[in-house]
Amino acid sequence: MALYSEAVMDHFMNPRNVGVIENADGVGEVGNAKCGDIMKIYLKIENNIIVDVKFETFGCGSAIASSSMATEMIKGKSIDDAMKLTNKAVAEALSGLPAHKMHCSVLAEEAIKSALKNYYDKNGIPYDKSQFPDCENCAHCHE
Amino acid sequence: MQVYADNAATTKMSSHAINAMLPYFDKVYGNPSSLHSIGQEAKEVLDAAREKVAACLGCEPREIYFTSGGSEADNQAIRSAAINGARKGKKHIISTAFEHHAVLHTLQKLEKEGFEVTLLDVREGHNVTAQQVKDAIREDTCLVTTMYANNEIGSVLPIAEIGAICKEAGVVFHTDAVQAAGHIAIDVKEQNIDMLSLSGHKFHGPKGVGALYVRKGLMVHNLIEGGAQERGKRAGTENIAGIVGLAAALEDACANLEANTAKVVAMRDKLIAGLSQIPHSALNGDPVNRLPGNVSFCFEGIEGESLLLLLDAKGVCASSGSACTSGSLDPSHVLLAIGRVHDVAHGSLRLSLCHYNTEEEVDHILKVVPEVVTLLRNMSPVWRDLQTGKREYIL
Repeated sequence: MALYSEAVMDHFMNPRNVGVIENADGVGEVGNAKCGDIMKIYLKIENNIIVDVKFETFGCGSAIASSSMATEMIKGKSIDDAMKLTNKAVAEALSGLPAHKMHCSVLAEEAIKSALKNYYDKNGIPYDKSQFPDCENCAHCHE
Repeated sequence: MQVYADNAATTKMSSHAINAMLPYFDKVYGNPSSLHSIGQEAKEVLDAAREKVAACLGCEPREIYFTSGGSEADNQAIRSAAINGARKGKKHIISTAFEHHAVLHTLQKLEKEGFEVTLLDVREGHNVTAQQVKDAIREDTCLVTTMYANNEIGSVLPIAEIGAICKEAGVVFHTDAVQAAGHIAIDVKEQNIDMLSLSGHKFHGPKGVGALYVRKGLMVHNLIEGGAQERGKRAGTENIAGIVGLAAALEDACANLEANTAKVVAMRDKLIAGLSQIPHSALNGDPVNRLPGNVSFCFEGIEGESLLLLLDAKGVCASSGSACTSGSLDPSHVLLAIGRVHDVAHGSLRLSLCHYNTEEEVDHILKVVPEVVTLLRNMSPVWRDLQTGKREYIL
């Protein structure tokens, strides 16, 4: 199907890191069912390194592919590096997304940030609040 | 195996229709408005096509206007009735909440021009009743326009009853029969239909050609100004090959209506019975008064576009009313109109069959749809929340 790049179709058809981490060190969920996409990210963190990451996604093909790609991009990285992951980098790694699907990559970035914020909060690690988007009013959903 | 189950979107052309069209590209290629013999030959073909279409609908040939398709026919019918109504000071129009956008957007435009539009509720039974139409008719109602059958959920409306009510009230009745023509027996006189739109490619004819029936005596207004084609009501040199293809396909569909219906209904019912076994799913549309080929479901906990992509990979071409397939944030207005909430409307699947489909294909669909639904549910955080009781099931 020409709607999506080969990379998107590959990550959609064979998604990496699908699943749940029990007792995860950080969990983040963004989006809502009303809008048609929800992403949930689970992180296992040891010595500031993301040693494991899993995702669950309710959404379209590009939402699933973006989740899959984003988890691949942060697995084995430090939490500081994971914080720097941008939606653009996810979209580029997928050889681009159709314009009206760019919000899927935004969701992936936000889901990871949300999981990291959860990790910081749980462990009492101080952080700069401005780094985190206000997911209650995120731009991808105008409801 | 590749299964085409999106016949409500468009159909494969029949070889009968293709063969009927072929001579009109390079053999009888004249302009019907030309006086010479090649032109007049084309004129005769045009007349014959008009007669065939009229015979299928139970009207006179002079009541048929060929258009570029269903959307144009809908636009012209509604605009014409609105202009006629406004001249008498009648500026109220009745329609339904689940019309095609060709109707809804035309009505929205008319609202901006000072018309008042009542859209009938379709939540009860996923259909409208003739009584709802009757109750909505006012002194200033100039038009009732309801689809004959819904393209997404397959509900077939009580057209003859609505026609009778409109006749009694003296209100013009238009029906968008794009999904019905060639699939359901239509008799515009018996059903008191004043105007009817149809489209060639929905019954194995060509794309880009449609027809509008307008009862004799009703004033038709042009959307397209120019030459005197179509009795002066639709300018532009006639698409002869397309019109011939439409007429051949409609004639074929009407001649084989009973046999095709029996075959398609049996496949439809097998699919509905099989897919109903998937837990937390629901059939959309009127279960009884239903298009022969329509199967429409919502599956809780999944999203429609990913469902379509996976089905496509497994050889099933289908359609969905999810937001992601529409390019907007909202799922289909039809699913919302019948009362499906957003969360559930995103997980819709439409399979639309025709007589070219086979039992084997139906079995293939019944095998892969549950597999794909399960696969997507297993990676869905919504489904996990439903299963663990964090979220309540809607279906």
